[in-house]
Amino acid sequence: MKCRRHSQRQTSVSALCGAAAVIGWLLVAILADLLAPLDPLKSMTPLALPGATGEGGVTFWLGTDLLGRDILSRLIYGTRTVVVLSAVATLSAYVLGVGAGLFAGYVRGFADTALSFLANVMLSFPVLVLYIVVITAIGSSATNVVLAIAFGSAPVIFRVTRALTIDISKRDFVTVAIGLGEARWRILASDILPNAAGPLTADMCLRFGYSAVAVGALGFLGLGPPPPTPDWGSMISDGRGLAIVYPHLIVFPCLAISSLMLAMSLVADGLHQLSLAR
Amino acid sequence: MGRQPPVLRLFSKAVGGACATMLAVSLLVYLTLEFNGADVAAKVLGPFSAPDQRYAWMREHGYLEPLVLRYLRWLANFVAGNWGTSTYYKEDILALVAPRLASSSILAAGALIVIVPFSIVLGVISGVSEGSALDRAVSSAAILATSLPEFASAALLTALLVFWLNWLPGTSTMSTGFSWRELVLPIAVLSLSSAGYIARITRASIIDVMASPFVHTARMKGCSWRRVVLRHALRHALIAPVTLVLLQIPWILSNVVIVEVFFAYKGLGTLLYEASLNSDIRLIEACSMVSVIAVVSTQVLADVIHGRLNPRIAPWADDALRSRA
Repeated sequence: MKCRRHSQRQTSVSALCGAAAVIGWLLVAILADLLAPLDPLKSMTPLALPGATGEGGVTFWLGTDLLGRDILSRLIYGTRTVVVLSAVATLSAYVLGVGAGLFAGYVRGFADTALSFLANVMLSFPVLVLYIVVITAIGSSATNVVLAIAFGSAPVIFRVTRALTIDISKRDFVTVAIGLGEARWRILASDILPNAAGPLTADMCLRFGYSAVAVGALGFLGLGPPPPTPDWGSMISDGRGLAIVYPHLIVFPCLAISSLMLAMSLVADGLHQLSLAR
Repeated sequence: MGRQPPVLRLFSKAVGGACATMLAVSLLVYLTLEFNGADVAAKVLGPFSAPDQRYAWMREHGYLEPLVLRYLRWLANFVAGNWGTSTYYKEDILALVAPRLASSSILAAGALIVIVPFSIVLGVISGVSEGSALDRAVSSAAILATSLPEFASAALLTALLVFWLNWLPGTSTMSTGFSWRELVLPIAVLSLSSAGYIARITRASIIDVMASPFVHTARMKGCSWRRVVLRHALRHALIAPVTLVLLQIPWILSNVVIVEVFFAYKGLGTLLYEASLNSDIRLIEACSMVSVIAVVSTQVLADVIHGRLNPRIAPWADDALRSRA
């Protein structure tokens, strides 16, 4: 048993580190205007190495890209793109998935069958194929990236919420609420949703990480927000051809997206352990 | 225990469900891409085409007919194997897709061959020695592997193995014929996150089983530790991972797109990607339908296998049986 306690402490330490990193990235996104040393869109010395000095005595801490834009500044503003898009996408997916899941799990019958079938159909797409189909149809822009990711991740959230709702509706307090004649929306909002909230929030962190990766992947494929918007995925795909000579073009954005996703999974892991311990 | 229906009936039931799903998928794909005939004409003819030019194209290709009729004709043609001509490659789509599908299958199969032994062995080893230094190392590596997005791990591995150590080729175009060396990096990248995920599930599953009463009983009866792990615990602990391997296939097929684009590998993923960049609508439809067919058929397989391994939670088990699972 000593081992188990030890590994639990290990988990909570790593979860705290993850949470610190997530908060750090959020702060970078919020304070991008203050933190970025240079204009992320301005062309200066092309392909400067990390630490090089440009005209007027400015230092390119992480070097510059092919068009001479400061990589550190692009990375910092890119955080904003990735964090904002993935947060909006995740929240919309939750609104959609939780709403439909509560409804289907509580009402059951035909509505449930139809919604579950639709969720099944959407889940049978490899997720990137779904994104590509949707974005080809509606065009590539920041809004459409959010739409594609929201619709792509809602079915999983729907499934989880539906299963939780079905389970919770069988409990006594719901029967009592029905017997007392409470309105259906009230039962859903004040009896079922609060009881389903725990597992759903533990999952949310991981979903947020997946959305960030999806934003990066779409940016990498050139289906994300159009240039010159700084985002990590397109920085990697732009620098790929020259990486053999200038690895700094791709290494920093790679580390950024990986550290964000790693932090999210550590936090999600910690939350999961916490819910198991209860 | 209810009587278990024969495999054939289970299979036909699963196949029926899969066909219904495919029908809905085809409708979804068609409506998303071809709901508005004028948009299709604009995409095929380019943004600078004249209105009457587009109108003539729409009339010639039957886009003036009602949506239902268009869909049904497209579906009938698709089922009959008549997938049309690519507007970008000017080639028959079926002939274009078939070799690309084969190349992608090589990649996906290679990834599965790497993922299964690696992740299950590592997961079992780390699970039976829970809390040890080895377990912590494996768990950390697994969580790191699952957290690296494919485009990032591809870039980092390329930087390390291609540019720095100069061990492997950085692209996998297969332009000089088939080459094993060019497959190493794509398969490694593709395997990384799934292997980490399955190792974690296997570990959790083993830990769960090792704490269960029947394992304690076996130990107390004097069974050797090795025998307990290999004969008693493993059989129970592997139910979840074996099914998950099959359920990883949609995930792998999704990542195949990124990996193929990154390494310029000529598979279904790059075909879909190029089709999307060139607004080649019929080709996008064909590629996405093929990848969904691949996913749906593996789901059928997963359902049947999972049902054989654990009858309590099979889709055909009745509710009373399932509630005991």
